Order: sequence, then C-alpha cells, then structure tokens
Amino acid sequence: MANPSDASSPGIAPADRAASIPAFHPGLDIKRDFPVLNREFGGQPLRYLDSAATTQKPLSVIVAMNTFYMESYGTVRRGVYRLSEKATAAYEGTRRKVAALINAASEREIIYTSGTTQSINLVAYSYGRKFLKPGDEIILSQIEHHANIVPWQIIGEMTGAVIKVIPVDDTGTLMLEEYKKLLGERTRIVAVNHISNALGTINPVKEIIRLAHLSGPGGRGAVVLIDGAQSIAHMAVDVRDLDADFYAFSGHKMFGPTGVGILYGKLALLESMPPYQGGGDMIMKVTFEKTTYQASPHRFEAGTPPIVEVLGLGAAVDYLNKVGLDRIAAHEHALLEYGTAVLKEVPGLRLIGTAAHKGSILSFTLDGVHPHDIGTLLDEDGIAIRAGHHCAQPTMDRFGVPATARASLGPYNDASDLDALAKGLRRIGEMFR
Amino acid sequence: MSRSNELYQQVILDHNKNPRNYRTIPDAALVCEGHNPLCGDHITVYANVDANGTLADLSFQGNGCAISKASASMMTAYLKGKTLAQVREIFTEFHDMVRGEFDPRSRENHLGKLTLFEGVKEYSSRIKCASLAWHALMGALEKKPSATTEG
Repeated sequence: MANPSDASSPGIAPADRAASIPAFHPGLDIKRDFPVLNREFGGQPLRYLDSAATTQKPLSVIVAMNTFYMESYGTVRRGVYRLSEKATAAYEGTRRKVAALINAASEREIIYTSGTTQSINLVAYSYGRKFLKPGDEIILSQIEHHANIVPWQIIGEMTGAVIKVIPVDDTGTLMLEEYKKLLGERTRIVAVNHISNALGTINPVKEIIRLAHLSGPGGRGAVVLIDGAQSIAHMAVDVRDLDADFYAFSGHKMFGPTGVGILYGKLALLESMPPYQGGGDMIMKVTFEKTTYQASPHRFEAGTPPIVEVLGLGAAVDYLNKVGLDRIAAHEHALLEYGTAVLKEVPGLRLIGTAAHKGSILSFTLDGVHPHDIGTLLDEDGIAIRAGHHCAQPTMDRFGVPATARASLGPYNDASDLDALAKGLRRIGEMFR
Repeated sequence: MSRSNELYQQVILDHNKNPRNYRTIPDAALVCEGHNPLCGDHITVYANVDANGTLADLSFQGNGCAISKASASMMTAYLKGKTLAQVREIFTEFHDMVRGEFDPRSRENHLGKLTLFEGVKEYSSRIKCASLAWHALMGALEKKPSATTEG
C-alpha cells in the first residue's frame, strides 16, 4: 500500500466501511521476500492467514538451506575433515544467534529440539520425572495448547503430581487472582503460553514468573516454563528480563524450517537434569557398566541433529533481525486492530478471545456456519485460514464452542488480506442464510 | 461451476439448515455416537430394526459441519425402510464414492441422490465429514456404543 488513504483493496469499498474502522498505515512491504506468497492459486493471489500454524519462508532461508546442501554439507561434531568442521561452525553459530535473539546468558542454555512439543516434553520427562513427588502441583492455564497439557498429564501419572488450572474470564484473560490462590507450598512447576494460539491472548508472563518464584517448597520458588511458540516471531522476547526458567519455541513458526526447535533453560537447572534421550554425542564415556554424560546443551542432543534445519533457523533469525521484531510487532498490532474492526462489521460474526492484550490472532464463529465450511469456502477466494479446535479443546470448552475459524497474521500480511477475508465471510453468511 | 459450489449445492445447504430426522428415538434398540477426532465433531445415530430386518426408524443428533449434517440428514431419509442388506451395500458404494474409489457413472448403483456428495472426493480433509454419520450407523448395526472415522 502506498499511503494510508490508499487502503483500497479488492474487498469492501471504503465507503462501505464503518467509521470505526481505522485507516491503515503502510505495510512492511516484505511480501516479495516470500516466494509462495507471490504465487497464484486458482487464478487468485494467495492470502495466507495461518501463520499461527506455520509461517511461510523467506527466500534467504530457502537459499541458505539449498546452498548448504549443494556446497558445504557434512556431519557436525564428529568429522575431522574440513567439511565437517565448517558445518560444525555454522551449526554452533545458530546457537549463538538464538541466544542473542532471546538475550540468554550463554549459548549453553540453548538446546536444539525438534520443536516446541519436544522442548516441553524434554522438560516434563527430564526435570519433571526427577523432581516431582506425589502430591506436588503443576499449574497450567485453561488456554494451553495440547502440547503444554498432555506431557504434564503423562508425567503427573508417572510421579503422582497433580495438575491445577488457572481459569480465564469471558475475554480470554487469565484470572491472576485465581492464579495467586493456586500457588503454594506444593507448587513445583508452572507452565503457560506467552500468547494463546487459539485466542491470541498475551499472558502477563513476567508477573506469572515473579509470583511463581515466590511460591514453592519453603518459598524457594517453583520453576516456570513458557511456551513461546506464538510469541517468538511476533514480539521481542528477553528471557532474562522475564526471568523465565524455560522458554520453548519452534523454528517453523519463525520463518525457519520444520523439524527444529529450541528449548532455552537456565544453565543451573539444565545441569541438574538427567538426559532426556540416550544416544550418540551426548556422552562423556560409555562402558557397559556405567555411562557419563556431556554437559548442557549436548547432554540433551542425542543422535545426529537436523543440521540443515539448524542452518535454516540461523538464516531465519538473521531475517527477523533484519526486519526487526519491534517493527513486526507494531505492524501486526495495527493489522489486528484493523482486522478486529472489519470483522465486527460482518453480520453474525462473534470474536472468541477479546483480551485487552492480544497477539495477531483473530478467532471467531459465524452464526449457522461450521468453521470447517468457512475454511473450505474461503479457500475458493484464495484465503487460507485454520478451522477446528486448534489443539486446544479445553479452550473451546471454556467458550462453549466445538471449534472456531482462526485468521492469524504475519508481517507479510496487509489490510487487503483482511478486507478479502471480511468479504468472503459476508458471502458465506449469505449463502447459509 | 467452482469447486466448492459443486460441493455446497442448494440441496446440501437445505439439509444443513433443515435436517431431516434430527431427533432422538427414546426406545431405540441401536444407538451409536460417531466421532471425528480431527475436528471434534460428533453425531449420534439412533435406529430400530423390525422383525423383517428392515430399518423401521432412523434418526440423528449432534454437532457438525454442513457436509456432515447434510450427509446424516440425507442418509436417514434415504435408508429408512431399506433392508439391512441394502443398507450395507449402499454404505459400501457411498464410502467408496466419497473416497474417489467408485465413480457412480461407471456402473449401476443404489446411491440415487446421494451422488450429490461425490464432490467431497476432491477435499481429502472433508471425506471424513461426509462419512461420519455413516460410520456411526454401521457402528450401531454392530451394536457398538461409539465409532470413529479413523476405523
């Protein structure tokens, strides 16, 4: 878009817009960096509104991975030949980039995993199984992704620890007063997301962590894991400012490839934890009588890692730094406000998740139309949204809906994507009337 | 006609809005709840079979998308009064058709207006929506309390 007054789009004519809808500022203009967003699907431009599920990849990430395969590929931390040494340097270089991105104290606090799910499972199985006792309490929120519920249920069954749940109000905001009541002597772990994938709520994680650190056995502090899958590419994250004990996220939701993710953990905690998986490259010495383990992070990285994916993640961090997380956050916030206003004008539309602090996620229902039908019919307009329970069935239960439709934004979206969405929803609403 | 207009035809939209046989059968001998774990939708099918092995009554209730609801509605209307042997034959034809394994134009069949659902085969994610009620009905006939589309 050239200028704010030129918010015209194939969607609704400006004259049809309600006065409450703000004019939109110029976008970041980075769509051209993403090859797939410049393709047409069925003669229509692709309007990709599913970045909360996975983000598209910039050319720089794709090229970095292809080039590495074609010119420099070799194993890491094993080979004595130059190819392997170069690959190892690049592989460990990503660790430094990630540490800098989230302001970790040391790159030894950065563990490569396969994604957020494995990061959370690592903490549950390693830390949880070692330290949880029968009757200990794990606090989760009512609006967690299944990946931050099920691992704790499994570990709870193994150890006898029990799960407590922080409720949310009708806007999808965590009820902090209720959280304070849940905290106590038996609290050992608090695990909440930074941004809810189903509603978009930004949780006050700094305060959640502060309070957790005052509770626990003898007031020595419960340990807090933050699921950062939805925050990492949408806002600046500083794990030391938050004082997070663990912070988990995925490469593929931050413009990087699938198959790689990160677990950040405070070094003292990581050093107290046993390995999660056994295998190559995580040992000091192996005999059939006894095996001793490497220090963090390698203790937690058994087997040949996703080398090229780690390289791609490094390129994705470079891309995030180039565009700037503060600019991304500002752009997406403006888009969220615009989208919220535009969707509110669609007859029969109900927004699910209206917290005061929200990430760029618009979850909604449309009277008389099942979200899956919305998804299939919007596809006709080249619009890709998610429909379903978003792997957050307790969240759906809280709001009394089996599923929602969800449009989630990335820095490459602009106001015309939201105009097209609103236009498509009006068409669908009329079709089902 | 566009791809999705082929799927969301007026008849299907009508059955979604005004589903036939959308009720419980209080004294039903056969009841089965069908789940689609992919989307969380569920449809319960109620049936009674008379002494001659005919579906004397058939109904459904539950939550689902237009495709699953219209499919359930048309299924109940179409199968009521059919013998169990006919029901099983129609199930196989329908199931094969929505999976793209049976072209109803290729040979004589018993699908009648159920061929409206043929367009579903183009949407791999929606095939289970169209077959949810059918799996529940098959579960009911086998006296199972629940059935899934993952069977």
